[in-house]
Amino acid sequence: MNGIVEIEVIRLLAAYLLALGVLFLARKTGALSEILVALLRMSIQLVLVGFLLEHLLERPNLALTLLVFLVMEAFAVHNIFRRVPLPTPPGLKRVIIASMVIGTVGSVGFFLVVIVGVEPWYTPRYFIPLGGMLIGNSMTGISLGFERLSVGIRDNSTKIEGALMLGASVHDAAHDYAVLAFRAAIMPTVNAMMGMGVVFLPGMMTGQILSGSSPVTAIRYQIAIMLGIFAAVALTVYLMTEFGYRCYFNHAAQLQVPAKESRPSKAPKLHARRE
Amino acid sequence: MVVAAPLFRLEAVRYKTILDISRLQLGAVQVTALLGPSGSGKTTLLKLLNRLLSPDSGGVTYKEQDLSAYDPVELRRRVVMLGQTAVMFPGTVRDNLVVGLRFHGRSAPDDNELNGRLAAMGLNLELDRLPESLSGGECARLALARALLLEPEVLLLDEPTSSLDKATAHRVVKHAVEGAAQQATKVIMVTHSETIATEHAQTIVRLRDGCVQDGSS
Repeated sequence: MNGIVEIEVIRLLAAYLLALGVLFLARKTGALSEILVALLRMSIQLVLVGFLLEHLLERPNLALTLLVFLVMEAFAVHNIFRRVPLPTPPGLKRVIIASMVIGTVGSVGFFLVVIVGVEPWYTPRYFIPLGGMLIGNSMTGISLGFERLSVGIRDNSTKIEGALMLGASVHDAAHDYAVLAFRAAIMPTVNAMMGMGVVFLPGMMTGQILSGSSPVTAIRYQIAIMLGIFAAVALTVYLMTEFGYRCYFNHAAQLQVPAKESRPSKAPKLHARRE
Repeated sequence: MVVAAPLFRLEAVRYKTILDISRLQLGAVQVTALLGPSGSGKTTLLKLLNRLLSPDSGGVTYKEQDLSAYDPVELRRRVVMLGQTAVMFPGTVRDNLVVGLRFHGRSAPDDNELNGRLAAMGLNLELDRLPESLSGGECARLALARALLLEPEVLLLDEPTSSLDKATAHRVVKHAVEGAAQQATKVIMVTHSETIATEHAQTIVRLRDGCVQDGSS
């Protein structure tokens, strides 16, 4: 069968009914309002982005495409800061922003120019969905890495200070916690690659097959995008952990762990993987 | 008693509401004890001496040079500090013994030398043993042996025996002080114990509420 079966609006409403039915079952879990907000946001955001993409795909425009990419970056960075409740030392936020921008721009650029080889490079049909996937996964990686780095340094502050007392450099005293945070942050991406094609068919590949592409083409894209995602996540998290742990020390190599927040903080949420 | 020029000079040092020292000289003798009740600022004072903390105002000098003029890591390699908790790093007793040398970028001595260092602290431990199975007293002595192996100019000890019983505490301090004297390392030691202070220190500095009560070496 070629071509895609259109989902009519009435059938789409049935999908909401399915979700609402499940919500009814989950009404006593305490997550009801959060799920409702997520459903609402997902719907509004996707409808808006759908209209925007439609417009962009018809009339490719460099400035508008870059603006969309910038908005995605800003939203991802905002999400990282909002979802990680731990107080941050001075400079770490700048490191996170720089890591996100360098890691995702580098990976998206390489992907579009070298792997896909699309002309012009900013063709929105490729640039925006690929950029979104790489930014979304990097956001998840950085959130996880940031949390693990903060907890690692906070929980081991006596050991780190003990090493400094003996004359250890900042690197010798604390770099291990950056390495552990890096490993923890890339693990979901590594696990996703392990289970791909066996445990589940990834979203991008499923979408392409549904829209009529041959499975072989879909697989080629999926392999390329997984490698792109891995590169983006690994690069952003590497930059964040390698430069981030140093933010816990001042110019005199003194450990500076920010005081715990007094206001109640939201626990970090798990972000949905988008491939 | 040999009295030399003081190593540290503190002038008008304030740190938050914890310390307020108008003038203090330390390190002119082999062993200086800092004595005082909990919360009197003893640990903060030690941390100021190897720049783990910096004063809000005032100056601290080491060998007549302001501490800020030293590279902080290089300073800590000359003025080594041991905290209240005997920190154990991942690895075996051997790894823990030589970790300081590794931090300094120096090579580790052979096992005979390491066993000798442990014996000097009254320890007889397998070098391949994991420190998780050691008692609090053994950890404290292992940490002291590690610090002395670095042969620093000054050893700052922050109640290294606080978790030990009286008899063990006296034995550990004795080993530490003798080991330091053999390699010309000066000791500045925080303690709660009047007995330990009077028995081992040539100078006792008393602190109360962040201020020096008396005794400046």
